[in-house]
Amino acid sequence: MARVLINLPARAKRGEVIEIKTLIAHPMETGYRVGPTGTAIPRDIINRFVCTYNGAEVFRAELFPAIAANPFIAFFTVATESGELAFSWTDDHGETQTEVRQITVE
Amino acid sequence: MDAGPQSASPTRRLILLAAAGFGLTSLAAPADATSAAMEEAIRALVGEAAINHGKVKLELPPIVENGNTVPLTVSVESPMTEADHVASIHVFNEKNPQPYVAAFYLEPRAGKAAVSARIRLADSQRVMAIARLGDGSFWSDSADVIVTLAACAEG
Repeated sequence: MARVLINLPARAKRGEVIEIKTLIAHPMETGYRVGPTGTAIPRDIINRFVCTYNGAEVFRAELFPAIAANPFIAFFTVATESGELAFSWTDDHGETQTEVRQITVE
Repeated sequence: MDAGPQSASPTRRLILLAAAGFGLTSLAAPADATSAAMEEAIRALVGEAAINHGKVKLELPPIVENGNTVPLTVSVESPMTEADHVASIHVFNEKNPQPYVAAFYLEPRAGKAAVSARIRLADSQRVMAIARLGDGSFWSDSADVIVTLAACAEG
């Protein structure tokens, strides 16, 4: 499991626009680099990121090799209700890592 | 420049002016050319639709030391309501091996149409952001970046 940093306010007012910052440890190997033996290092990137808010998708990203290693993505959403935000990263092998954070809306 | 005839050193001034002019033209030259691959990728996205200028703001540092991690922010002027919102934001580049950088899909409930990420740039080049609005129109902005140490595409 890769290390993940997620920054979002623990509490927010109803209707407030909150910024969510996410970062996951990943090499984002482009597939264009050549290894020490002269063969190309196979591509291995996170190609998909999804954020859901109480089950409803609020943000999605498709990533390409031009995204830097340890992909950082920041975006906004409106705090509508208390509940959980789930963050999922999917890599080229189809493996998905999901992290969940709670938010209290008052 | 109002270099008077009695100016102390007209030759020096002319040399500086020429140097400045040369610098400007050498910067402006790549801005006119959009690479074929980028053009193709953009056409695949927008089809025959017109791309308008405005609304979108693409923020990138004008000069970066390390192309391996370049901070990028795209923001779009939009009220983000059901009737008028940004559906997606697409980022393209000119000289990386692949023209596509990323695509971000937003919902009206995003509240604010802005995303940030860190990207790789293999060379000094132009980066373009295109936003697709809920009504199907496209808006764009572009920025030129000078990269002193390129992302290690070759290893």
